[in-house]
Amino acid sequence: MKAIRLILAGLALAAGANAGLAAERTIRIASTTSTENSGLFKHILPAFEKTSGIRVQVVAVGTGQAIRLAQRGDADVLLVHHKPSEVTFVREGFGVERFDVMYNDFVLIGPKGDPAKIRGGRDVTAALRKIAKARAVFASRGDDSGTHKKELGLWRAAKVDVKTTGGQWYRETGSGMGAALNTASGLNAYILSDRATWVAFKNKGNLAVLVEGDRRLFNQYGVILVNPKKHPHVKVKDGNAFITWLTSTEGQKTIAAFKVKGRQLFFPNAKR
Amino acid sequence: MVVVANAFGEALHLLTSFDAELMGIIGLSLQVSLGALVVAAAIGLPFGAALALYEFPGRRPIAVFLNALMGLPPVVVGLFVYLALSRAGPFGFFELLFTPTAMVIAQTILITPIIAALTRQLTEDLWREYGEQLRSLGSGAGRAIPTLLWDGRYALVTVLLAGLGRAMAEVGAVIIVGGNIAGYTRVMTTTIALETSKGNLSLALGLGIVLMLLALIVTAAAYLVRETAVRQLG
Amino acid sequence: MATNNGIQPLHLEQVSYAVRGRTLIDAIDATITAGERTIILGPNGAGKSLLLRLCHGLIAPTGGRVAWGGPFAREARKRQAMVFQRPVMLRRSAAANIDYALGLRGFSGADRKARLAEALRNTGLAELAGRPARVLSGGEQQRLALARAWALEPEVLFLDEPTANLDPAASREVERIIGAIHASGTKIVMTSHDLGQARRLADEVLFLHGGRLVERSPAEAFFERPRTDTADAFMRGELYW
Repeated sequence: MKAIRLILAGLALAAGANAGLAAERTIRIASTTSTENSGLFKHILPAFEKTSGIRVQVVAVGTGQAIRLAQRGDADVLLVHHKPSEVTFVREGFGVERFDVMYNDFVLIGPKGDPAKIRGGRDVTAALRKIAKARAVFASRGDDSGTHKKELGLWRAAKVDVKTTGGQWYRETGSGMGAALNTASGLNAYILSDRATWVAFKNKGNLAVLVEGDRRLFNQYGVILVNPKKHPHVKVKDGNAFITWLTSTEGQKTIAAFKVKGRQLFFPNAKR
Repeated sequence: MVVVANAFGEALHLLTSFDAELMGIIGLSLQVSLGALVVAAAIGLPFGAALALYEFPGRRPIAVFLNALMGLPPVVVGLFVYLALSRAGPFGFFELLFTPTAMVIAQTILITPIIAALTRQLTEDLWREYGEQLRSLGSGAGRAIPTLLWDGRYALVTVLLAGLGRAMAEVGAVIIVGGNIAGYTRVMTTTIALETSKGNLSLALGLGIVLMLLALIVTAAAYLVRETAVRQLG
Repeated sequence: MATNNGIQPLHLEQVSYAVRGRTLIDAIDATITAGERTIILGPNGAGKSLLLRLCHGLIAPTGGRVAWGGPFAREARKRQAMVFQRPVMLRRSAAANIDYALGLRGFSGADRKARLAEALRNTGLAELAGRPARVLSGGEQQRLALARAWALEPEVLFLDEPTANLDPAASREVERIIGAIHASGTKIVMTSHDLGQARRLADEVLFLHGGRLVERSPAEAFFERPRTDTADAFMRGELYW
């Protein structure tokens, strides 16, 4: 019947878009918005694809979502930045082994006017306490991402219970880093962000980095192969090829070479 | 408002530079949404017409339900399709998640109710006009479906454009089932979302202008086709 | 061929039609036989159009029954045609509209082409064949509706006030064609509220009022000596509903 022919035509149109990649070797990475938005992948993946012939598809979502995605077997490799979650991921059998890849740091950003007066401080928990005391507007990721978990950990360390005392000034945006930064920019709010996303961000408005350098703002990235025992379809050989390259001298050098506005954003620290 | 002013400059730059990446993104947007339109029309046109012409128990509630489905939130459709196509889901072995086909599937689900509901209304009106004469000539409801759809073809163009517009404008469904993968499942709306999240507001708005121009071209083309045909065939 | 007496006569046995408690057709008994031109006459709201649709089978009676008595009664659907007050044309050419009807009935090949050409010729529409049917004038479209019905060579042709919306010249042309269709062997059953038209065309008259069959007579008898007061009042122009 005519309808069936039309349906097949429509799917063929879509398949046409798929088909181009059917013959290639591809792997899929579940990663975070910070690595994607900063532009890191755009810089390092072509180098890997050239040497290996493997195309890498990146699905960039929040850390929580990336981990759940990998748990469901919808990706071959996981690359996020929240070590406790990553360790649990491996321990529960979803991942094979966790490797350090690179680090950068988080920075505490706020309005240039700085109503909570935290500028120049080196103690992030003290700064957070001042923000809570001043009831200055703070924008949180609120999305169960690595950054969000880090932020919540810092509030706990500062002994501030944002759930009960947050009220008017603590705003959970439930969004990715970029969207949250847009919100912070619009609200002239304080916000915790990874440095890479911030440097590459183009809508800074009236915001600036106010507190940095605290050891606790260290941000470690880890890479894990999804466990083929749980998901037999995982591309083990090609996934491992990527992990090996990423932690190799060549991969690490490529990461270090990535600069935005002259600044290096990610610092390789794979153990070899 | 500086952002808005800059956006027009960005749009102009985008259009004249013929950037390969942008061309690819536009091409994929059209492929996905047009593909979804074709499938949605193949299902929705006969279904909507049949719903108008056949009497059967439950006909009224189905029509009401169909009208309600026009308001399906794209992000809900996206989530539903994601769960279905995920490796951990019932259709995982098709390996369709994060591919353009998944995006076509999601958009088809999204726009079929629109096409079916509007076709149903159109067919009902047409049957009121033609029904007695067609029955007198010996045509049953089933035989009348293609005749009515063809006779209502000008109004149907508007119905199809409504479906296409909904598909091209949505981002919630395609971003979840497609994953916004660079060079593979990135379309106009997801690119706008991405650039917005990177703070590139002028570029994002410029892309928005390009997208609306695209919609304008498609609509104008459909209008021209319709006008020439109407002039010829009355 | 269809114009032979295959399905007639038409028996109306206590035919009633009521909707939402209102009786619109009230227990009509009649047998309509082949040959003559039958005009159903009556004021507006008498139920003429409704009765015609009941006869043609477009509506089912709520009481009584409508039955064809001829040997080919089972093929009744295929051996009738109807022309409505407003012609209903598809968005295609005039010829294509006739062709569509022929296709529905199962005609094909040379026979189909011949019928199409003849129908156009007989109704004077040959030159307008390629024009979009919907841009034709009211009179031309009604002629096209007649051509479409004629091409099917129906045994019975029902017409529902076919000239009500036409000017006098177009009306005369339509009446001429109806006469020609009758002459070629088709039974004519037509409704009208126009006395002059009824006088011109009728061989027999069924006079309807308030859903009831009030009087039935050969045409001359009806117009010269109506037997009922209602019919008399109607002809004097004093029947208002």
